[in-house]
Amino acid sequence: MTALLQVTDLSVAIGALRLLDGVSLSVERGQILGLVGESGSGKSLTATAAMGLLPLIGGRVTGGAVYFDGRDLARMSEAERRGLRGRRIGFVTQNPMTALDPVQRVGEQIDVVSRLHLGLSKAAARARTVDLMTQLRIPEAAAVAEAWPHQLSGGMKQRIVIAMALAGEPDLIIADEPTTALDVTVQAQIIQILGGLVRERGMGLLLITHDMGVVAQVCDRVAVLYAGRLAEDGAVGPIFAAPAHPYTAALIGCIPQDGMAPGSLRGIPGVVPSARAFPSGCRFHPRCARATPDCAAQVPPLAPRGAAGAGRAACLHMLPEAG
Amino acid sequence: MSAVARPAPVRALGRPVGALAGGWLALVILAAVCAPLLTPYAYDVQSLREAYQPASRTHWLGTDEFGRDLLTRLIYGARTSLSVSGIAIFLSVVSGMTLGAAAAWFGGWFDRVVTVAVDLTWSFPEILIALILVAIIGPGTTGTMVAISVAYLAQFTRLTRAQILTLKGETFIEAARSLGASDGHILFRHLLPNALAPVLVSAMLATGDAIILEATLGFFGLGAQPPVPSWGGMMSAGSALVFKAPWIIVFPGLTVAVTVVAINLFGDALIAELDIRNRLQGRP
Repeated sequence: MTALLQVTDLSVAIGALRLLDGVSLSVERGQILGLVGESGSGKSLTATAAMGLLPLIGGRVTGGAVYFDGRDLARMSEAERRGLRGRRIGFVTQNPMTALDPVQRVGEQIDVVSRLHLGLSKAAARARTVDLMTQLRIPEAAAVAEAWPHQLSGGMKQRIVIAMALAGEPDLIIADEPTTALDVTVQAQIIQILGGLVRERGMGLLLITHDMGVVAQVCDRVAVLYAGRLAEDGAVGPIFAAPAHPYTAALIGCIPQDGMAPGSLRGIPGVVPSARAFPSGCRFHPRCARATPDCAAQVPPLAPRGAAGAGRAACLHMLPEAG
Repeated sequence: MSAVARPAPVRALGRPVGALAGGWLALVILAAVCAPLLTPYAYDVQSLREAYQPASRTHWLGTDEFGRDLLTRLIYGARTSLSVSGIAIFLSVVSGMTLGAAAAWFGGWFDRVVTVAVDLTWSFPEILIALILVAIIGPGTTGTMVAISVAYLAQFTRLTRAQILTLKGETFIEAARSLGASDGHILFRHLLPNALAPVLVSAMLATGDAIILEATLGFFGLGAQPPVPSWGGMMSAGSALVFKAPWIIVFPGLTVAVTVVAINLFGDALIAELDIRNRLQGRP
C-alpha cells in the first residue's frame, strides 16, 4: 500500500536560505505522525510544502519530492493541487483566533467547504456542519453555527477550524500546532477529540507540535526535526523509552513528570541556529553535551536505531539502548 | 447566542445623535423625492411682481430676485445636490474599490502604476481637480458628477488597497487557501466583505464633502445650469443681494451646512455601530 503522504528527501529554500535539507517522512492511513521540533526547525515549512503552497511564501523545492497518495505534487497543475486542498488534505491552522473570517458566521465558513468540495446544497451542507460540530462536542451546535467568530472562546474556535478541515471528508489532516494558542486545560481536550476523530474515520494525521507531551498522548510515530534536518524518527513507544538522538532525549526531558522536584524541569541550553548560519557537521553539536570534534566535521547519516524497524536517527554517538 | 438581525444603519438610528441626524437626512431626501407634491409653485416660473419678498404665509422662506418661491427652489435644489453628489460618490466607491482591490491583488507593475496615479491626484486639492475636469467636460450636472467622482477616487482606491493588503496576510486567508478556496472566492467572499465596512463609512463621510464640492462648483456657475436650481447656484445668485434680500443666500447656505453636519454625525453613529466588537457588548 502506498503511503498517504510521502515526503522523500525534501529540500526547500527561500531565496538563498536552505531551510529544509533532505527531510523524509510518511503518513499512512489511520496513522498519526507527530512532527516535532523547536520554533524555526522547519516544521511548518514541511506542512506548507506538503500542501503545495510553497510559492505563496516565496519558497521552492530544491530537491526531493512530496507524494500524495502516490502522486507527485510537483507534477500536478495548480488546479489539481487546489482540488486536493480541503477535499483530500484538510488543514488546521496554528492560531484559531485569527483563522476565522471575522465577518462571516462560523457555520457558513464550515458550510462553504463541503459545498465547494462535495457539491452539497445549502441545506445539506448545514446539516453536515451541525453534525460535524456535534461530533467535535460543541454543545447546541445549530445555535453556535449562527454565531460570529468573536463570540466564541479559543477552544470553541479551534473546534470550528477543525470542523472546516474535516468538512471536505479529507484522507489526510495536517494540523500545525493546533493547540499552541490555547489554554493548557483545553489543549488536551482538543488533541483528544482530533485524535479520536482521525482514528474513527481512518484518516491520516500529520500533527505538528513542539510539545513532546502531546506526541506521547496521541501519536503512533514521531519525526524529530532539528534545524531543517531529520534528527530521529520511529514509533513513539521505543523512542520515548530509549531515544537515540541526544536532541530527542533533551526534548523528552522537557516534559514535566509526576513527582519532579521543584526546579528540576530541564530546558535545552542554547537556541536553534539561524538558517543564515547553520553549524557545520551535525547541526545540533554546539548545544550537545555528547559532542566530539568529529561532530563538527561530519554530517551524521540517518542510520537505523536500536532494533530493526524501530526507526532511524542521525547521530554519530547514539545514546545506548537503555537510554 | 442571539444573532444580530438589524443592519447597522438601523441600529445607528437608535442612538440619539444618529436619530436626529438620520431624521434630518430622511426629511431632506423625502422632500427631494416628493418635491412636486409638497409645493404648489414651480421652480422655474418667474413672477417679477413678487420678487424680493421676505418670509410670509404664502412664501414660507420668501422669494428670490425673479419672484420664485425660495422653499420650492430649495426642495428642487435638494434633488440636484443630493443626486449629483450621491451618484458621484457611488461611482467613485465602485471604481475606487475595483481599482484598489485589483492593485492590491495583482501587485507588481499594475500596483505601482495605480499607486503613482492615485498619489498624483491625491496631492492636489479636490476642488482643483474638479475644476480642471469641469473645464474639460463642460459645466452641467454630468460634468459635476464626473468631476466629483474622480476627485474622490484616490481616497477609496487607497483605502481599499490598504485594507486588502493588510487582510491578505491574515491567517483566515491562508486557512481558506489551505482548504482549496480559489482566488475569486478569497477576493469576493473574504477580502472585499472585510474591507467593505471602512470604505462604506468613508463613503458616507465623503458624501458630505461632495455636497460641499457640488455647492462650490454650483456657486462658480459650473454646476446645474439655470433655471434648474442647485444649492450652490442659489447661493451664488444671493451673494450679490446679501443686504437687500439676505434670505436668498442664508437659507440654501443653512441647508448645506445642516445637511453636511447631519451626514457627518450619522456617519459617526454608523462607525460606532459597524464596529463588530461593539455590536454585542453587554449581550450574551
